[in-house]
Amino acid sequence: MKILFKNIDMPGLTSLSVYEGQGGYQSFKKAFAQKPEEIVEIVKASGLRGRGGAGFPAGLKWSFLAKDVFPRYLVCNADESEPGTCKDRELLEKNPHLLIEGMILTSYACQVGTAYIYYRGEFQHAADLMDKAIEEAYAKGYLGKNIMGSGMDLDLYTHLGAGAYICGEESALLNSLEGRRGEPRLKPPFPAVEGLYAKPTVVNNVETLSAVPWIISEGAEKYAAIGTEKSKGTKLVSVSGHVKKPGNYEIVLGMSTRELIYDLAGGIRDDNKLKAFIPGGSSTPMLPADKVDVGYDYESIQAAGSMLGSGALIVMDHTVNVVEATLRLSYFYMHESCGKCTPCREGTRWMWQILGKLQAGIGTNGHVDKLLDICDNMSFKCFCPLGDAAVGPVASSIKNFRSDYEELVKKLQGGAVSV
Amino acid sequence: MFTFTPEDEKQIEKIVGKYPVKRSALLPLLTLVQRRDGYISPEAMKAIGGKLELSPAYVQSVMSFYTMYHTHPTGKYIILFCHNISCQLNGADDLLAYTSKKLGIDVGGTTKDKKFTLHREECLAACSGGPMMRVNDVFHENLTTAKIDKILDSLA
Repeated sequence: MKILFKNIDMPGLTSLSVYEGQGGYQSFKKAFAQKPEEIVEIVKASGLRGRGGAGFPAGLKWSFLAKDVFPRYLVCNADESEPGTCKDRELLEKNPHLLIEGMILTSYACQVGTAYIYYRGEFQHAADLMDKAIEEAYAKGYLGKNIMGSGMDLDLYTHLGAGAYICGEESALLNSLEGRRGEPRLKPPFPAVEGLYAKPTVVNNVETLSAVPWIISEGAEKYAAIGTEKSKGTKLVSVSGHVKKPGNYEIVLGMSTRELIYDLAGGIRDDNKLKAFIPGGSSTPMLPADKVDVGYDYESIQAAGSMLGSGALIVMDHTVNVVEATLRLSYFYMHESCGKCTPCREGTRWMWQILGKLQAGIGTNGHVDKLLDICDNMSFKCFCPLGDAAVGPVASSIKNFRSDYEELVKKLQGGAVSV
Repeated sequence: MFTFTPEDEKQIEKIVGKYPVKRSALLPLLTLVQRRDGYISPEAMKAIGGKLELSPAYVQSVMSFYTMYHTHPTGKYIILFCHNISCQLNGADDLLAYTSKKLGIDVGGTTKDKKFTLHREECLAACSGGPMMRVNDVFHENLTTAKIDKILDSLA
């Protein structure tokens, strides 16, 4: 079942004519014959959830827009920066028109007149491709004034950030788009009430918006029939790490993680033993090999003790020292903490330093307990979700792989390392 | 002396026109200047601020938040070498050390001929193609020492 990756490798798909030849831009007639509110209801009924990480129902998010307040903005979050995640880049580089079509439909539903795509700064190439695609869409009358005689006006622009993971958090993204430091904002007010330029704003991920054309063309029921009871539709999963065939795979939600690793991604390299996997991107708790049969959907992964997140499955074989992997993840969050709030700014650095000691063989069991203490002092106590994201790998690695820590501690006690 | 060229002025007008509030053009203008000059000087900060009615101090405060802006001249080619989890699992540390040795510079350094600047990077969204590096705007995936040699040696 391919919705987003249908024709993804077709040569020339980035051009409007090839995209149209594959049935692209055909959803407008159906959409414009209905009222904007009806489109919101369709997306609600489809069960489409945000694909950026939080998994919040997309249609519901749209329905929270402050009533009768204009102008409104739509911002596409293309700040893909969570380690393990590389699905949006593939969509952006190979099928830009799909996102444009999704953004036009979403703008119609949400009565938006100006929309932006916020790219992480390193995606210059993808943004250049998109600028060309947008130009073609304007020339064809799909963007601009009175689109296809519908009376709807829409301007769509690309915007590049400049290197900051935190800008993937929607309120930090909006600050960055306003020409400020990319620090998160206090919520409420949520962007749907006061977002870009303090106006009602919808922020959605690339993959979420790219799913909208199919839902409008094929109908909400058809989309809702795919997947599990609460996790509807298909999901792009970036599989990386120790697998034979790493890559982005579009799966029906609910597929077993085993199938994803062993069938789609070809199994573990050198037929090694699976040790651990991170199911949904670096911030989601890592799970031990015995959870590999978990269904790849929001609810099942949560029940197993982790999260589906952005859909980035990172696979580690038995050769991995979990402490070393955690140290690297911890460095990431220390590096990317924006510094606005104390528990995150100090906690991420402290965790990284302690993990460094443990990895160097000069840590004690007291250090491991201290890590758990810091996790406890950060969980739900930071200004934005980055703090919780930093806790994910550390707390889960200790919970599931404490023996890896203890082995390193034993080295010290055994006198193998002199302090 | 920092000046905008007539071509820059055209670009700036186009960029500023994208937003209802001028300040939004700050990151794009910083990027425009950096792509032209390789870095952003104090004079450039002042000039950009002048275009957008922002103080040089404000420009610097925003600029310093983002890792991609340079305040000093860099090499012609900027190498961002990913070392985070997916790339790490597939040997990025050894390949980064190899690249550093090949170029004769530490991470963060620039070669004497001003050709290459080497940076370690925290994930560039190419995880299923790791180990990877970005050289200027181009992503290079599934790296090996031989591939690194070929890429770097082919750059003029």
